[in-house]
Amino acid sequence: MTFADELSGFSFRRVGAMVLRYSLLLRSSWPRLLDLIYWPVIQMLTWGFLQTYIARQAAGAAAAPRLQVATGTLIGAMLLWDMMFRAQLGFSVSFLEEMWSRNMGNLLMTPLRPLEFVAALMTMSAVRLAIGVVPVSLLAIWFFGFNLWGLGLALGAFFVVLALTSWSIGLVVSGLILRNGVGAENLAWSVLFILLPLCCVYYPVSALPAWLQHVAWALPPTYVFEGMRSALINHVFRSDLMLAALGMDGVLFAASVAIYLRLEESARRAGALLQMGE
Amino acid sequence: MSSTPAIAAEDLVKRYRETVAVDGIDFAVAPGSVCGLLGGNGAGKTTTIGMLMGLVAPSAGIARVLGHDMARERHRALGRMNFESPYVEMPHRLSVRENLRVFAMLYGVEDVRGRIAELAATLELGEFLDRPVGKLSAGQKTRVALAKALVNEPDALLLDEPTASLDPDTADWIRSRLEDYRRRRSATILLASHNMREVERLCDRVVMMRRGRIVDDGSPAALLARYGRADLEDVFLDVARGRGKGAAP
Repeated sequence: MTFADELSGFSFRRVGAMVLRYSLLLRSSWPRLLDLIYWPVIQMLTWGFLQTYIARQAAGAAAAPRLQVATGTLIGAMLLWDMMFRAQLGFSVSFLEEMWSRNMGNLLMTPLRPLEFVAALMTMSAVRLAIGVVPVSLLAIWFFGFNLWGLGLALGAFFVVLALTSWSIGLVVSGLILRNGVGAENLAWSVLFILLPLCCVYYPVSALPAWLQHVAWALPPTYVFEGMRSALINHVFRSDLMLAALGMDGVLFAASVAIYLRLEESARRAGALLQMGE
Repeated sequence: MSSTPAIAAEDLVKRYRETVAVDGIDFAVAPGSVCGLLGGNGAGKTTTIGMLMGLVAPSAGIARVLGHDMARERHRALGRMNFESPYVEMPHRLSVRENLRVFAMLYGVEDVRGRIAELAATLELGEFLDRPVGKLSAGQKTRVALAKALVNEPDALLLDEPTASLDPDTADWIRSRLEDYRRRRSATILLASHNMREVERLCDRVVMMRRGRIVDDGSPAALLARYGRADLEDVFLDVARGRGKGAAP
């Protein structure tokens, strides 16, 4: 089936059916809901207290202003990183729910198309993210006076860039799980962390060795974290960075859709869709 | 009745590296009929059904359902077909009603509530319609799986051991519902089963497989006469053990 066929037969009703399925699952399970909030809160408190501690220790020292600038972005960086991590996890976990419940065979036999499935997973990723990040961002204001929402429109741009990267990675991971079984599920929990040192979440790109800086600038999230530091420290929104990141994300997402479709076809050839397990 | 087969395997082959799971089989199932696919473990039944469902890509040949090549244009057929298998489950935490609602929407059923009410009445789901699927007995789960399989009133139904692990009473009840559905909708059914009584009762025709090939094909009565046996179980054993007409080296 061609990409054009995929788009021409796209049904929002089928996307709605899948979103309903995941929403009913979330609603029926309070541990799943709690899990969405628990880790973001722990992370925010840990980094928030560390930031407060460093700021107090540095007070009065000669390097205090520079140190405060460096640490002042820690909570923001942590919240944006968590946003990215949760978006990818939300995507992959919804996919894994079908593998765990052995329901994938049923779904693949319905008229649900791969792009509709992907659209439903993206929607649920955004829903799960909202459930986790909104309360935590409000708690950050209460505990540490850090207002993520104060970033305004920039926050929207950051979200779009980070979410697109997360969904691209989630798509490839889902394809690998479809092809190789739930034995590949650990990738869903760990794969994003390879980006943590490379996309300069907690430090500027200039902190990396020169050769690694080229790698960092090839990753869309790097532009977000640099943009965030620019917004928080210099109060300047770098639209040039966001446009570059969006362009890269577009290419990354299209490549991920193509890889997912190839992995699904490969799973059909290998007979992996009949026996979905470890 | 149309002469175009509702379900067809055309020189169908599936190879997994060195292993040939299905070795160039040909058969066609007429619209409105019930065809049984029989064979021992490893005969290639599940792989054949997998190719007809579009879940397994053939190495060669064509798996056709309702006139559509399932490897290339399965989305044209999927809305008009359905399946049931004990190897696939429905989400356990969702209630029966919620599951049926989701699947009805996926299959594009217009009146979702009405269809669920109909299925609940026909398959006697009423008493556990709002119970999570994970809390149902094996027999109740099979009834729910059948409700899912019938939610879109399919023209073609693929059943992989639909009564496996059920007690005789529940299995008989399921068979009656399948007979009713076939009569009412003139649906075509392809059934893989190890239960010979089930096959004798439901099927107009039986395709017997061994080591990925079709070794015999005919009505239950014709097969009994051909092998000189009193029941299909003995015919099955003859074929599985390579005796009689279907014997292959």
